[in-house]
Amino acid sequence: MISPISEYDLHAYVDNQLTTERRHEVESYLAERPEEMQRVQAYIAQNAALRTAYNPVLNEPVPRKMLPRAANDRRFWQHLAAGLLIAFVSGSGGWMLHVPSTPSTPSAALPSQLTVPDLAEQARSSLAHQAAIAHVVYSPEITRPVEIGAEQEDQLVTWLSKRLGSKINPPKLGKLGYELIGGRLLPGQSGPVAQFMYHNIAGQRLTVYVSTDQSQNKDTGFRFAQEGPVNVFYWIDGKFGYALSAGIDKGELARIATAVYQQLQKPG
Amino acid sequence: MTADLQEASAALIASIPRLRRYALALTGNRSEADDLVQDTVERGWRKLSLWRYGSDMRAWLFGIMHNLHIDHFRRRPPPTDPLDDDTPAPPVRPTQTNGLEMRDLANALQQLSIEQREVLLLIGLEEMSYEEVAASLAIPLGTVMSRLSRGREKLRVLMDSPATERRPLASPLKVIK
Repeated sequence: MISPISEYDLHAYVDNQLTTERRHEVESYLAERPEEMQRVQAYIAQNAALRTAYNPVLNEPVPRKMLPRAANDRRFWQHLAAGLLIAFVSGSGGWMLHVPSTPSTPSAALPSQLTVPDLAEQARSSLAHQAAIAHVVYSPEITRPVEIGAEQEDQLVTWLSKRLGSKINPPKLGKLGYELIGGRLLPGQSGPVAQFMYHNIAGQRLTVYVSTDQSQNKDTGFRFAQEGPVNVFYWIDGKFGYALSAGIDKGELARIATAVYQQLQKPG
Repeated sequence: MTADLQEASAALIASIPRLRRYALALTGNRSEADDLVQDTVERGWRKLSLWRYGSDMRAWLFGIMHNLHIDHFRRRPPPTDPLDDDTPAPPVRPTQTNGLEMRDLANALQQLSIEQREVLLLIGLEEMSYEEVAASLAIPLGTVMSRLSRGREKLRVLMDSPATERRPLASPLKVIK
């Protein structure tokens, strides 16, 4: 015996929250009641209209001011990694651990024991920091992880190369088990940056972050940074900065980073 | 604990785009929405250690946003009569083109009561289950359903303006000879 169809069932039908069996029962109920059917269809259309209107917001880059203040401070991640979220450094250092996120604070106002951060070092590690934030923000995205998918790779390459003003190709990581999902354009320190996203068969995601505004920085070899839960390998080569981020083991990430590095050295 | 906190912070940051989408639909105003998200993230961040590991981060964050939004609203009551479930739907201004449909939707949403709008958006946009909505807003399931039902019907009436009549009807028209 079928239990009577209620208002609850009609909404749950609209929102796909019914069992298959109950769904069929609602469908036969609606088939005989055109007015109810029209109402249900209007509700389904409402859901669709809401998603069409507001889903584009998911693709907008998150403004830095919207991140928790603590996350803007790169030292935060080091605290977190060390399990020192609240504790300050002990001993003679005072508040040495606090590095201003903008280096514009007049130095005269700083306590004498503050270690003045090495600005070049800060700029380099901000590459890793920005890459890690971009990784954390976009890699969990299920419906829209990228702006242009790998199926339109030519279009993706043309678009990103044009916006960054240099030929940018996503590295091929198929041999290492990672397939390209696609890419997106993001705001960097002083201009656009590109992010390519990959995944392996287990669904593990990895991002390659490419910036072209590093000319003020010296070239570096491979460097490693841990930004919260994300491991990052990064290096600077001329005006290019590259950062590879993933929540995977450092050794495995190093292996992939080496492959990326080698590919980028080869012309074409 | 440390690993949990790391995971929690990553989950919080990863939720920001969804919070923004919801806040924009809820407030109908970009700067208000951004302020609301910023406050939610900040409060969530401060309370992160209180978040029960393994529980639903999304329901928790949307609950924080709900409380903040209600607080904002109480502090600055709008200069109009608040709408409730029994207020008759105001007349909808005529719409000229389909290009205005998005604005019509945003306008129509703002004419629902906050309670109806929240439930309708958490379900229609955020795709939460009814139980998750009840948990996020700390209201009984029956209240979720009555707000959803009234909100959807009101939105249907509001959207049922001349512009929508141009859309193909659900059932084919019969030709009368």
